[in-house]
Amino acid sequence: MDMSAYPLELPEGDRPMVRFMNVTKRYGNLVVLDKLNLDVTEGEMVTIIGPSGSGKTTVLRMLMTLETINGGVIYVDGKPLTHMARDGVLVAADERHLRKMRASIGMCFQHFNLFPHMTALQNCMEGPVQVLGLSRQEARERSEELLTLVGMIDKKDQHPSRLSGGQQQRVAIARALAMRPKVMLFDEVTSALDPEVIGEVTNVIRKLVSEHNLTMLMVTHQMGFARDISDRVCFFYAGKIEEQGPPDELFDNPQRERTKQFLSAVKEAD
Amino acid sequence: MPIWDFLEIYGARLASGTLVTCAQFVLAAVIAIVVALLAGLGKLSKNAVIRGVSTVYIEAFRGTSLLVQLYWIFFVLPLFGLTLPKFVAGFVSVGLNVGSYGAELVRGAIQSVPKGQWEAAYALSMSPARRMRRIILPQALALMLPPWGNLLIELLKGTALVALISVTDLMFQAKQINASTFLSAEAFGSALVIYYILARFLITPFMRWMERVIARRLGRA
Repeated sequence: MDMSAYPLELPEGDRPMVRFMNVTKRYGNLVVLDKLNLDVTEGEMVTIIGPSGSGKTTVLRMLMTLETINGGVIYVDGKPLTHMARDGVLVAADERHLRKMRASIGMCFQHFNLFPHMTALQNCMEGPVQVLGLSRQEARERSEELLTLVGMIDKKDQHPSRLSGGQQQRVAIARALAMRPKVMLFDEVTSALDPEVIGEVTNVIRKLVSEHNLTMLMVTHQMGFARDISDRVCFFYAGKIEEQGPPDELFDNPQRERTKQFLSAVKEAD
Repeated sequence: MPIWDFLEIYGARLASGTLVTCAQFVLAAVIAIVVALLAGLGKLSKNAVIRGVSTVYIEAFRGTSLLVQLYWIFFVLPLFGLTLPKFVAGFVSVGLNVGSYGAELVRGAIQSVPKGQWEAAYALSMSPARRMRRIILPQALALMLPPWGNLLIELLKGTALVALISVTDLMFQAKQINASTFLSAEAFGSALVIYYILARFLITPFMRWMERVIARRLGRA
């Protein structure tokens, strides 16, 4: 598709927080995302479910710009993320543009990825001090506030190696929030956790949904949790959205054959 | 001659040689570490010129003999207008030689830092330079310390070659004593023992201590 078909900026009145416009991602001949169109409005919690290999995680990684884009444009808050304007058309974004734009996106990973040589508090302060240029005092206050929110203030001086998986993931959530992102991405954040600590992480996310007007995208295998907290659930199949809707509709009354198969397979496994 | 008498007569010369060896070791180690860091990072650079220069340096100094490099730097470079005092030529040669091995340690350690750490730093919008300095290098350091311990012992032993361009180090003194007294067993035996003591009771404990410090910073101690 001709790049001139994509607006340099989304018009006032039609500016979702996130817009995927014909986004394609390929690894060699394998098409992972196939002309994906997806809008997420401000404050919305969208959950992505689907079989492995359906492109769920790729959606989040593209939004975090951890993956390059092969076709289409992603907009965040109306501005192009993967591209930038030059001479009136969109061209591939350079490193500086990406760095500036992705500061408005936070991400939590399946394996936490806390920095092992820093304490919980230092992990949270690192971004605000080094990237946002906050003073250490400001960054410390902000970080301590967030560690309190996730219930980890008592462990703020511990290194990650001394924390359980659930505790590490809560610190990782605080670390991402410390950057004050407009969009938060949760990539299978409970998949690597022992069953008995999953609750402490999902409770933190519940709290974020109910108390903060944050736009969130989440990939998860926990259908009950997805149903509880999502505004909308998207079922992915082969790089496309096969079906989407409010959680009650999608889970209780799926329309598409593949959705039904997937949901019944998941139910059996439970 | 009893060893006590030997040490009484020649101990002072051996001691002064040992001091020169220690100075050569420290200065060569500084050069090796700095050069290894630069070349190791250079080999991972996106810039083809930087990568090329690093590769040529590593190949040249790792692929040829230290003794030949020493003679080149001391005897051949003056022909191109660069004359170094023998003391400087000595530690520069040894440092550059060992640095080429160290560069591969640096590169390997950086690449061994888990992908998730790179991505987490990226997700915080860190610039590549800041990510390297704040997140990757501290963790790479912990990974490369044990092999660096080995390399520094190699470096100490490598300094013995500087005697061949008449730097008055431990090996030079031992050779002089041998030449004038023919007490070969005592002269070279003392040198052997002193090199061993330096490696075993100075370098090794120092590296162990460094490993403990780093482990504590990672919260593992």
